[in-house]
Amino acid sequence: MAIDTLQKTAGTGHRRTERSPLRAARKAGGRMWVRLAVAVLLIIEVYPLIWMFLTSVKSNSDYLDNSTWSLPTTWEWGNYAEAWTTGNIGLYVKNSLLAVVPALALILLLGTAAGFALQIMVWKGRSLTLLVFLAGMMVPPQMILLPLFTIYFQTGLSGTLWPLVLTYTGTGLPLTVFMMATYYRTVPRELLEAATLDGAGILRAFWTISVPMVRNALLTVGLVQFFFIWNDLLIALTFTNSQDLRTVQVGLLNFSGDFGATQYGPLFAAICINVFGTLVIYLFLNQKVMKGLTSGAVKG
Amino acid sequence: MHRVLGDRRAITILLGPALLVYSLIMLVPMVWSLGYSFTEGNSIEGFTGNGLDNFSRLLDDPAVHDALWFTLKYAVVVTAGQVVAGYLLALLYVFFLKKASAPVRTLAFFPVVLPTVAVGLLFQKLFQVAPQPGPVNSLLNAFGFESVDFFGSAGSAFWVLIIMDIWRSMGFYAVLLFAGLVDIPDEVLESARLDGASGPRLIRHIVLPLSMPVLMSSLIFSINGTLKVFDSVVALTNGGPGNGTTPLTLYMFQSSFTYSEYGYGSTIALLLTVVCLLVSLAVYRVSRRDNTES
Repeated sequence: MAIDTLQKTAGTGHRRTERSPLRAARKAGGRMWVRLAVAVLLIIEVYPLIWMFLTSVKSNSDYLDNSTWSLPTTWEWGNYAEAWTTGNIGLYVKNSLLAVVPALALILLLGTAAGFALQIMVWKGRSLTLLVFLAGMMVPPQMILLPLFTIYFQTGLSGTLWPLVLTYTGTGLPLTVFMMATYYRTVPRELLEAATLDGAGILRAFWTISVPMVRNALLTVGLVQFFFIWNDLLIALTFTNSQDLRTVQVGLLNFSGDFGATQYGPLFAAICINVFGTLVIYLFLNQKVMKGLTSGAVKG
Repeated sequence: MHRVLGDRRAITILLGPALLVYSLIMLVPMVWSLGYSFTEGNSIEGFTGNGLDNFSRLLDDPAVHDALWFTLKYAVVVTAGQVVAGYLLALLYVFFLKKASAPVRTLAFFPVVLPTVAVGLLFQKLFQVAPQPGPVNSLLNAFGFESVDFFGSAGSAFWVLIIMDIWRSMGFYAVLLFAGLVDIPDEVLESARLDGASGPRLIRHIVLPLSMPVLMSSLIFSINGTLKVFDSVVALTNGGPGNGTTPLTLYMFQSSFTYSEYGYGSTIALLLTVVCLLVSLAVYRVSRRDNTES
């Protein structure tokens, strides 16, 4: 190992001497600039998050009296418990999950079936139907909020989480249908036709053959939609008319007000809890998340 | 042979539910909202027609002018900032970090997935003055400058908003543009280098023209998203001070839900939709022309 590195450094040293010293110096200088740029970038991207975490375990007086750069004098993990129970973040997380999970399941199920019907099945008017779905990506959600409010009010759905589930499903479908139709381009029609020769219907072939073939795509699209719905504020703010229905984002927005005097530690703890969920997913699936979100962008 | 794939019953079963939900939640409300523009009232008190009153009010309302101007200003500045910062990062990834860029790419992308509300509250505290100067102000103090009350005036609040949104999204555009830069064939770069092009000249004359398509699609995506800005503003400034940082989306929300004027809210939503369509159309036409020229 040691010999190996020695030889390597000797090797590079040898090559350097062959070049003009000026060029080598410039190259080394360039490398330093790159390092500096990367270091600055990382500080800018990461430091706010570290500061946020450190502040979340400070007591109120520690936050107010000491420099904002200092480490916590005592580590107040109780801030998290306080945010979770007194600050109601626990309830809000539960509400978010109750809205996000059913909406996500519906989006994936309906979107995959529609993508299959639009890409694999052969019929007149399918490109027009796809265009109709695409139109939904262009129109701002403000255009549908007020009529939906009336519909939910008239049907008595206000006061439950159903408005959220339904609205998330409706607004999530355009991108999902489009992405799934794109993924189905890679599945050969012949394969599904051959499967139906054995007597299974096309619906069965859709479920048992095509869905497993696009399961990677399902994970990618599911992740993209999860982040959109979990992080949504506009729709949640419109349809949660009581405190008991608030999602994490709405709850966090009203956090300081509900507490009376601002409690900085619990506030930052609440922000950390909110960030933590996305952090864990990103930690394990970052490559898929990056691929999914950017591919959703190119098409949108 | 295509008989099984043309099975009408199967198509209905597969497409029907998605089309039904999409129509009920999106298509029908869009048309309905159009109808609201000619009424006043709300869903609790009922609606009465008022002809074109909402439209004439829209034209004369100084708050609408301010909100429209803010929306356009925000969209242009953030789009430019996002795409330029993302492009610089992408160049850094491709030409300087090369194979080692993966961890930096992953880390710089992370803020994209953070909830906007959390980021907004975080930046509020990063830039705050009282009761305790946040990191930005204490950094200013350390260099001997006075603390700045960033959220005290619309001008400085606007720039904090811009910085926050560029911070949030530059890693995203970097990855998007990185994918375009990686697609440039090595032979093209190599032959350009042999012809004596290097550094800035290589980037200006070879790399930039070749990455035009992906730059254009980033631009379209960015402008389309930034025109609809809502979460960032609500979480960071809530439109304040006064209505100094209120975009159309927020003004529509306030008209509708704070003042219960659904008719007027729908008219503002319609204005927003028209602006989005016009801008997308304009950018699309410009990008098409560029592509045919080159």
